[in-house]
Amino acid sequence: MTTIAPPQTPAPPALVRTFRRPAFNIDWLGLLPFFAFIAAFLFFPAFSIVQRALTDSTGTITFGNLGGLTNPVIVQAYRSSVIVSLITAFSGVVFGGLLSWAITLGGLPRWLSNSVLSFCGVAANFAGIPLVFAFSALLGRLGLVNQLLRPTGVFIDPQTWLYSMAGLCIVYTYFQIPLMVLIMTPALAGLRKEWREAAENLGATQGQYWRYVAFPILLPSLLGATALLFANAFSTYATTQALLGAMAQTFAVTIVIANQFRTDTFGDPTLGYTLAFSMMIVIGITIAMYTYSRRIAERWLRRAE
Amino acid sequence: MATITNAQPAAAAVPAPAAPRKRTIGLAWLWFTLAALFLILPLLAMVWSSVTTPRGFTLNAYTEILAEPEFGSRFMFSFGAALLTITLSTLLVVPTAYWVTLRLPRVRPVIEFLTVVPLVIPPLLLTFGLIRFFNSTPLTNSQNGLYVMMIGAYVILSFPYMYRSVDAGMQTVNIRALTEAAQSLGAGWGIILRRVIFPNLLVSVLNGSFITFSIILGEFVVSSLLNQPAFSPFMLDLSYREADQATALGIISFVLTWISILAIQIIGRGRASANITGAR
Repeated sequence: MTTIAPPQTPAPPALVRTFRRPAFNIDWLGLLPFFAFIAAFLFFPAFSIVQRALTDSTGTITFGNLGGLTNPVIVQAYRSSVIVSLITAFSGVVFGGLLSWAITLGGLPRWLSNSVLSFCGVAANFAGIPLVFAFSALLGRLGLVNQLLRPTGVFIDPQTWLYSMAGLCIVYTYFQIPLMVLIMTPALAGLRKEWREAAENLGATQGQYWRYVAFPILLPSLLGATALLFANAFSTYATTQALLGAMAQTFAVTIVIANQFRTDTFGDPTLGYTLAFSMMIVIGITIAMYTYSRRIAERWLRRAE
Repeated sequence: MATITNAQPAAAAVPAPAAPRKRTIGLAWLWFTLAALFLILPLLAMVWSSVTTPRGFTLNAYTEILAEPEFGSRFMFSFGAALLTITLSTLLVVPTAYWVTLRLPRVRPVIEFLTVVPLVIPPLLLTFGLIRFFNSTPLTNSQNGLYVMMIGAYVILSFPYMYRSVDAGMQTVNIRALTEAAQSLGAGWGIILRRVIFPNLLVSVLNGSFITFSIILGEFVVSSLLNQPAFSPFMLDLSYREADQATALGIISFVLTWISILAIQIIGRGRASANITGAR
């Protein structure tokens, strides 16, 4: 750990060294391209948002920009974003969790469970523009549901049920459920048969087993999944834009941010960067919660081994 | 997992839980059916609406969209972007993962963390960060510059899938032994990477590539904010003019995603693939 000596005479393009000196070694240079890329296209850009949000036009540090966030339009967008994200995080956790339970512990045929998993891989990715087309075809004015209901005289108004907050919740839930299945299936599959047997041997009923054994073990995974689904819904942009078009801005923070950078409207880039910064904080907190609860969940499963 | 079986006699002593078991399966089918309805119905409706008109069954929407020259150019644009992204991502990820496994195992958690970060950074923020960071450099002044930024963002977005896939593949082959064997036969680093490491990781790279491909094909945020003529923004524009064609296009893109995922499963054969999220 003294001076940085030239690494010992570079042995002829040598055999793999099986031991390394703890001091600086030239091996680090091998990571340079990767780190340079991450720095240029991820780290510095993220940092520049923070920097721009927290400085004024002269470059001095200020929290003044944050005052812009109290604008009623933004408060409204934040409120809607949070509500929709919470609702769809819960609906995703509940319905996705139940589906995940059905395919792991519910005793469905194996091929079916595998097909569901494959489908979820696709469906979790099936967001954005095509998803909105699909729901318009289902619930739109001339959609399948309204065509089928026509003889009965019932009309499901898309303005209420699709192009609205309720519609956002329904559409987001579509990609939240498969994501939940992908996250939760490993956790459910990790529940040991022995635990259930032990509980039953001690005289526990099915309900008691779930309440006192399985649920506490799964709780960290469930909380982590909720956090991740929340972040997932909160950062949705394409789906919201495609579903709601010009109205989207009252429903999602992401849309308000993007609108600040459009040249054709009276956008305010400073506000845009400040909003982006605030969104980074929201996502950051959520992901920290996810990481934390995942660590607890893993500790549990490791202890079980 | 039939190691500890001493629980069985005891379990047999308990009145066999036959009734709840039946109920369990019934409940499982119920939840499965409900979820399947919710997940399948929109897709069915989409297919249905793309092939019907007030006058009856027609495939016009499909023939028209496939004949539309802009469809070809937009698709090829995204396809090309995906290829370029996959190439760059592979060139960055494979040597890095290799080097880390071989020489710097201590750094592995750091790299792992860095490659997962893009999963949680919304592409929207990434894009504005890029615009801000490269502000008034050649990158933001020209269409080519914007293209470079878009590819940069795509490569970042591909890291989680590429790295995890490659890293998992790297753990299954004995990299160290392969390297030593190649070195003792006189191969240099370039040859080792090209002729030994890449071929052994081909499956992993393909795995990551298909996910990357399907994500880039559906990607909307980055390309639309950077004004690039990509596939997804085209779909949205089209929906304002020709709703039926746009729906047909949506189905085509869904089928392409499906094919990519299927390819992964066939190639990976049972190996758990990474969670897939993109194109929010």
